[in-house]
Amino acid sequence: MSLLELKNVSKIYGSLHALDHVNIKVEKGEWLAIMGPSGSGKSTMMNIIGALDKATEGEILLDGVDIAKKSASALTDIRRDKIGLIFQQFHLVSYLTAVENVMLAQYYHSVPDEKEALEALDRVGLSERAHHYPSQLSGGEQQRVCVARALINYPEIILADEPTGNLDEANEEIVVELFRKLHEDGTTLIVVTHNPEVAEVAQRTIVLRNGKVDHETINENFTGKIKHITLQ
Amino acid sequence: MFVRMIAKAFLRQWKKMLLIAFTIALGSSLATAMLSVMMDVGDKINQELKAYGANIKVVPKDTSVLNELYDVGGENITGAYLKEDELGKIKTIFWAFNIVDYTPFITAEASLDNGDKVDVTGTWFNHHMDLPTGEALDAGVASLRSWWEIKDGDWIDEQAEDSSSLAMVGAALAEKEKISVGDTIHVTGSQGENDLKVAGIFDAGGEEDDLIYVTVDTAQALGGLDGKIDSIEVLALTTPDNELAEKAAKDPGSLSVSQYETWYCTAYVSSICYQIEEVITDSVASAVRQVADSEGQILEKTQLLMILITILSMIGAALGICNLVTASVMERSQEIGLMKAIGAHNRSITGLILTEIMCTAVIGGVLGFFAGMGFAQIVGHSVFNSAISMRPMVIPVVAVLVAIVTLIGCIPAIRMLLNLRPTEVLHGR
Repeated sequence: MSLLELKNVSKIYGSLHALDHVNIKVEKGEWLAIMGPSGSGKSTMMNIIGALDKATEGEILLDGVDIAKKSASALTDIRRDKIGLIFQQFHLVSYLTAVENVMLAQYYHSVPDEKEALEALDRVGLSERAHHYPSQLSGGEQQRVCVARALINYPEIILADEPTGNLDEANEEIVVELFRKLHEDGTTLIVVTHNPEVAEVAQRTIVLRNGKVDHETINENFTGKIKHITLQ
Repeated sequence: MFVRMIAKAFLRQWKKMLLIAFTIALGSSLATAMLSVMMDVGDKINQELKAYGANIKVVPKDTSVLNELYDVGGENITGAYLKEDELGKIKTIFWAFNIVDYTPFITAEASLDNGDKVDVTGTWFNHHMDLPTGEALDAGVASLRSWWEIKDGDWIDEQAEDSSSLAMVGAALAEKEKISVGDTIHVTGSQGENDLKVAGIFDAGGEEDDLIYVTVDTAQALGGLDGKIDSIEVLALTTPDNELAEKAAKDPGSLSVSQYETWYCTAYVSSICYQIEEVITDSVASAVRQVADSEGQILEKTQLLMILITILSMIGAALGICNLVTASVMERSQEIGLMKAIGAHNRSITGLILTEIMCTAVIGGVLGFFAGMGFAQIVGHSVFNSAISMRPMVIPVVAVLVAIVTLIGCIPAIRMLLNLRPTEVLHGR
């Protein structure tokens, strides 16, 4: 049984089909990239997979359970227990330190544990910056705090929306390297990106166009390491 | 973590929180001032209304019947009297706290040395009573008829040892008989005689100016009327009459049980009269209607004004809180969206925001309470020339008002928070 399966999922806004009968399967431990041009439905798909939004029709099976018809409260529980979210704009709480931002996810999940939160920051190489506020961290460091926050509750899926969209090349490499390590540890990763270099690192890439799956590629030379292309 | 988030949110938004606290402080200070004045205004207005004199007159039943039939002007020609030893019972009725002053009258016919007939009226001047309730009351004409102008001398002091040989003489009589303060007048009654030293000459502007006023026991001794009283004048704080009070005034027996309870437990002048009749044997207590009505109406209108100002100040505070909290939630919409995205339920976030605002409300409420106490004193001194006494009841009432107003002010912000969708704020849609 797949960890995640979308069956004929559509999201319709008036006359606009943001997603149009999409079928996708994601296996446990898989690293999947979702690509596509602007307006192709990438973020809509991320919202639906991340239990942030409801599909207009279709089934979304997470661990064999259809979450498409769940209530808002049940979807909150699913986000809390099964999904780790990483955003392009980081979305850290400005008045909390790095470690407190990680503990925030623990607080809404179970019980805040500062030691465990510090260990999570250590995994992303930020133990030295744990007590700094977001405004005192670089973009890459903020994104690493987001990664630590996403993985603190041991989610079944880490869902990243343009995780390197606001980062320079060096920080992009650091974040992708973190994803590689998470993948090695058996974490299921779904990365929504418009960056081909980030998408190529994944095991499999799905390309969306006009709300439909346009094509799918499998990276046969999967290493999990990013290769930057230098334009002539 | 919760406390840490509250504390840090406070520090980050201290300017906004200060504004919210200030808004709440303004509302609670006005509420505190108005409620303090309102709860104390009864006593204050009572002091002011003493100038109007008594609003209830108690006479023996027979005298009352004769008055109704022949309109003899309250003169006791029936030989019926009230009992002096029952006077203290007036302060034991259900509405005892509303009885603010009263005094008995007993008149003895007497003659002066030159043979002129004169009425000598015994009454209280500043009679001190220790009540069964543990309270003390100083009652008498000195306070009840404060409009009497003392033209010479002073009021009789009942606490003085020689008070039973002192007299106050009406201005008309003093002029007619050439009586001055310090003179001794010899009066002879039907059952006794007395040499009375004139302590004061007063001008009441009425028929009292032809009378001599003495202490109750002096008048009783002159007329051989020991333990007897002609009438009692009572000043009571009353509620304006309504249909129920008018119906009850005609016949309390016509009321249903629930109507009777309502009437009996409301300070209508008729229910106070009824309760006085219950404790004074064979008496009829009737309202001096005009005075009773105007007293009740002034008190009711003043209290209504205070309540209106309190309500308006609270509405103003609620609107201010509403704007500020809504602005705060809008400003924090990304933070709230993020909390929802990482698994926070609406109730957790609502609890967080409400705790922040309620903590601010406590600070604002306490500051406003103390400021309000100051405002109340300003009102007390500028309107009533005396301090407003602080009633403990004001504290819980203001606390409840602040809590309700703060919660009402938060409703639009909470609704916005509940309807906020993480996807709209986290992805900019």
